[in-house]
Amino acid sequence: MIGVLKSLTATMGTFMRKPVTIQYPTEHRKVPERERAFPILLWDFNIDEPFCTGCHACERACPVECMTVTMRDNPLFAEGKSKRRKIIDEFYIDYGRCMRCNICVEVCNFDAIAMNNTWSGHELSTVDRKELILDLDQLLDLSKRKDLQAWDPAAETRASTEGRPQPPIAQVGATEDAPAAGEPLTVAERSAEEQDSPPTP
Amino acid sequence: MTNDPDLPAMTYDPELETIDLNINIGPQHPATHGVFRMVLVVDGERVEDLVPHIGYMHRGAEKLSEHMDYRQAIGYQDRTEYLAQFNAELCYVQAVEKLAGLVPPERAEYIRVILAELNRISSHFMFLGAFGTDLGVFGTSFTYAFRERENLLDLFEEVSGDRLMYAYFRPGGVAWDVPHNFVERVKWVCDQALIGAKDLDTLLTDNEIFIARTLNIGKLSIEDAIDFGASGPVLRACGLKFDLRRDEPYSIYDRFDFDIPVGSNGDSYDRYLVRLEEIRQSVRIVRQAIDQMPDGPILPEKLPRALRPAAGEVYMRCENPRGEYGIYLISRGSTQPYRLRIRSSSFCNLAALKHMTVGHYVADAVTILGSIDIVLCEVDR
Repeated sequence: MIGVLKSLTATMGTFMRKPVTIQYPTEHRKVPERERAFPILLWDFNIDEPFCTGCHACERACPVECMTVTMRDNPLFAEGKSKRRKIIDEFYIDYGRCMRCNICVEVCNFDAIAMNNTWSGHELSTVDRKELILDLDQLLDLSKRKDLQAWDPAAETRASTEGRPQPPIAQVGATEDAPAAGEPLTVAERSAEEQDSPPTP
Repeated sequence: MTNDPDLPAMTYDPELETIDLNINIGPQHPATHGVFRMVLVVDGERVEDLVPHIGYMHRGAEKLSEHMDYRQAIGYQDRTEYLAQFNAELCYVQAVEKLAGLVPPERAEYIRVILAELNRISSHFMFLGAFGTDLGVFGTSFTYAFRERENLLDLFEEVSGDRLMYAYFRPGGVAWDVPHNFVERVKWVCDQALIGAKDLDTLLTDNEIFIARTLNIGKLSIEDAIDFGASGPVLRACGLKFDLRRDEPYSIYDRFDFDIPVGSNGDSYDRYLVRLEEIRQSVRIVRQAIDQMPDGPILPEKLPRALRPAAGEVYMRCENPRGEYGIYLISRGSTQPYRLRIRSSSFCNLAALKHMTVGHYVADAVTILGSIDIVLCEVDR
């Protein structure tokens, strides 16, 4: 009996505490800036084209093979406006397959892909799973609207992934002073990288 | 058959025999912690025999890992041990490091140990909550434990970006550095965890109803526990002071001062007490680690773009919240493991389930299953 009464003191103590519940559909918890929902593509506002050149690095590194990438010649390169020789033509990500491991972000040579760190990456329920296969326009939409959260600057300077500065989120909402996209990989570099990467099973 | 003169004469046919009843629990049952099916043979209320059926959640994580390079397989470790993901990842990346000869920097080691210990706390909170629910403390202990677990998950989300499938450790270190307010956050979370442990302690430990349901239920002797290959709190509750963090220190565990709680009786109540005390000991480790944590890089200077360990094999075992978690890796010099085998602690602890349950009541079968803190994903892999 004494033990049960002692248990009740714990219940009473909690009764006095402030509730920690969040009324979810009406109010949203703030997600941290490192939130990893689903991968999206980033838009280069300087040149008005995606950062992505369609180099297939993410497609090959994806453990669950949820990506489909094709590239084409960049018309803006021919006009001399862009440094990217190739540009993404079609990009599909199957969110139903994606396991949100962040590997595509890490292997990207152009910082063209990032994990959606907003609530829109979580509330994706659909009635048809075909709607979870996103095309290029849908993938670029969030970056074009500049809705992504930026990482905190202190972490940005110290953090690094594979020797390169993390995160690509720094390019989110890029304006005039944004870092220009790097040189595209040469054919030799790309084939060297291909040998390093695991063959697709 | 008594011949009570007050009762009307009953027809008794000696040819008529009583038969045992088969009761099926699961595969989808709130008390089986996942898709686990057990068939109980009961005589009245007493369990005569128990046949566990596993394999409902088999995804072939080991086979799938053979088609992936060493980094891609990290994600499957999270999904194997979905309550102690950092611990499972730690074991895996250490196996790869042993194979490839990588030495992680100091800072990365500390980050890993801090997160692994915090994950142990969150896993034990999950146990305390779910165990109460198994016993019929409906919702109370569960909500208390989850309130505390939520603080930990929030921290993990701030560090790694995900609430459950962290994929944060890498062979050679961690994926990226911790946020700038990490130290303060960890200290706060440790304080909260102790408050939560105290709440649950007050709620359950001296509660007569809880004691009546758990004391002397599912007893296991040290010899039997060793024979079944039980590990972790199930083994320590029997009284054997065996903890890989102390007996075979991996990572940097030899630098910390902590106690290993042991039980004496080997029953469900002792398993509960051991886990409750382990929360406090983990907080001790985290507090020491956070004070010692140095600055510096989080990945080695020269990390190859694609890991190609030399041909060889390695077995790495770690103390997970549920016991010994082992990774056996064979490399043939390619970017993919030739074989990846997971030694899961839940599977071995589950082997002792029949031995512990036979002779107890049906309701106690649920208690005992809950007390070994089972993760079915880890059993089936």
